[in-house]
Amino acid sequence: MGIIKAVNLIFDYIKRDEEENVEGVDRALDGLNLDIEEGSFVAILGHNGSGKSTFAKQVNGILAPTEGTVLISGMDTRDEDHIWDIRRTAGMVFQNPDNQIIGNTVEEDVGFGPENLGVPTEEIWKRVDESLEAVGMTAYRLKSPNKLSGGQKQRVSIAGVMAMKPKCIILDEPTAMLDPNGRKDVIRTVHELNCREKITVLLITHYMEEAVDADRIIVMDEGKMVMDGTPREIFSRVKELKRYSLDVPQVTELADELAEAGLPVSRGILTMDELLSELVPYMKEHMTCQSEQ
Amino acid sequence: MSIRAVNLCHVYGQGTALEQYALKNINLEIGDGQFIGLIGHTGSGKSTLIQHFNGLLKATSGELFYNGENICAPGYDMKKLRSKVGLVFQYPEHQLFEVDVFSDVCFGPKNLGLSEEEIRERAEEALSLVGLDESYYKQSPFELSGGQKRRVAIAGVLAMHPEVLILDEPTAGLDPKGRDEILGEIEKLHREKNMTIILVSHSMEDVARYADRLIVMNHGEKMFDDTPRNVFRHYRELEAMGLAAPQVTYIVQALREQGIPIDDGLITVEEARDAILRLVGKEPAAGSRKVDAAEEREELAAEAGKKAPAKDGGNSPLSPDGAELTETAGKDEG
Repeated sequence: MGIIKAVNLIFDYIKRDEEENVEGVDRALDGLNLDIEEGSFVAILGHNGSGKSTFAKQVNGILAPTEGTVLISGMDTRDEDHIWDIRRTAGMVFQNPDNQIIGNTVEEDVGFGPENLGVPTEEIWKRVDESLEAVGMTAYRLKSPNKLSGGQKQRVSIAGVMAMKPKCIILDEPTAMLDPNGRKDVIRTVHELNCREKITVLLITHYMEEAVDADRIIVMDEGKMVMDGTPREIFSRVKELKRYSLDVPQVTELADELAEAGLPVSRGILTMDELLSELVPYMKEHMTCQSEQ
Repeated sequence: MSIRAVNLCHVYGQGTALEQYALKNINLEIGDGQFIGLIGHTGSGKSTLIQHFNGLLKATSGELFYNGENICAPGYDMKKLRSKVGLVFQYPEHQLFEVDVFSDVCFGPKNLGLSEEEIRERAEEALSLVGLDESYYKQSPFELSGGQKRRVAIAGVLAMHPEVLILDEPTAGLDPKGRDEILGEIEKLHREKNMTIILVSHSMEDVARYADRLIVMNHGEKMFDDTPRNVFRHYRELEAMGLAAPQVTYIVQALREQGIPIDDGLITVEEARDAILRLVGKEPAAGSRKVDAAEEREELAAEAGKKAPAKDGGNSPLSPDGAELTETAGKDEG
């Protein structure tokens, strides 16, 4: 069994009026079944309102299922006795770095989590060192978080979660507020944690380019999982993705359009090198005389 | 010509140890009806610059003219300027506050001292421009989806009847469909109302698609000011500034390096596709692809015989993405 397992997961947001009478029910998760393998890098895609964030909040017990079960390393998230173990297993990073940073210095911020877990002081410092090293922010440890760029702040947030030694990190659109450089840094950091520390990563994103290097992509729509596969499988279904209000990376789209026009290019191309290796030989062979004139 | 900056400088904390130049000798002219993309990494001075355009910040030195009048001159009517140059901040939905959508949009015109009737007309017009019909008027703005909230906020600025609309990252945090829709609406305002648009964005793909002129800021200075095509030819310099070009630009450059004589100024997927097809002697099918990405989605949805997911109106109140965009959860303590 995987580290995260959802069985027939249903979650309703219940709207109540001032007298606590139910005014309306909005089903955010609708019979979700999913099993995530330990150590894998999974990207979750879906339009705004598809249930991605609601699912993320189920994973570390911020929200509890209305029906069905969520198991984290075999622990039921509805079991109050295990809630701290669950949160220690699955750490979460949110979209806005400014809402997650509380320390006066970077190292203080990173140490906040383990301190609350009652970790001995010496061990806290060790973890702070390791976590900052892992996200490449050691040089900033005595700096004020306010003086950092968005990408750096987000890496500090990730270090804060790392210091709690989770087996799994859930990142809910961690790059939505960052510029291209900050985005690259954060995504690279997350990949490194996945490779080196074997941490399971659940990355929720609207940037299709960030999903390309995942082991697996899950597409959600109306609270259900509607697509599930490797990036290559998912991104070869361009039309279907667009129907779910999503997009594909430009290189994938270009390959798809060329294939549509009858060129011998595979669909589901993910990188520029792949496209070039198929396209360049064909173009060299078929370039019409006009270009030689 | 609507906006002209002459040697515009802005210094934060002048005379203190923290003195820092946010803008250094900016010279530019923005003509009526242009669609401008403004790019630069975090801290490059973009936001400082646009706040000068509607008088929220005062230049430390230099001058700024709006329709030929110096806005730095004493006695200049700032209130009038702000109704002519509308600024939509980042995450504008955080500024919604009224009990329902309609009152929120009315707030601006009400403060202009207009008649009851005119206020209503303006609000109705502004809401229809951003594609929100009457069914939304009485809804609480806080129960809408992220994309819808943002439209309400934009409508609030449009109701002031601005001549220039400045948007600071209007699509941050939206899904691809929401992004296409908002940008589609902005493009429509530009086309139909001939509104001058200044779009601040981190997405090179978006500015490549919509803007006809690109201004690149770096460390408080204007580095490039040209058509997107010409600016993205400098992709190496852009990278050095912490920016990038659209992925298509890199594909085109790589093809050229491999000896394929393709034009180096292609910046959208459609342009690259057509150029590649022409090179191998195939005629690109004219109009085979909808230019408007949002329309294309509609069409695909219609093809599939199902309503496009999360189509406006289909989005229920309390939709969790509202929470996504206004995420205020603090540090996860566990």
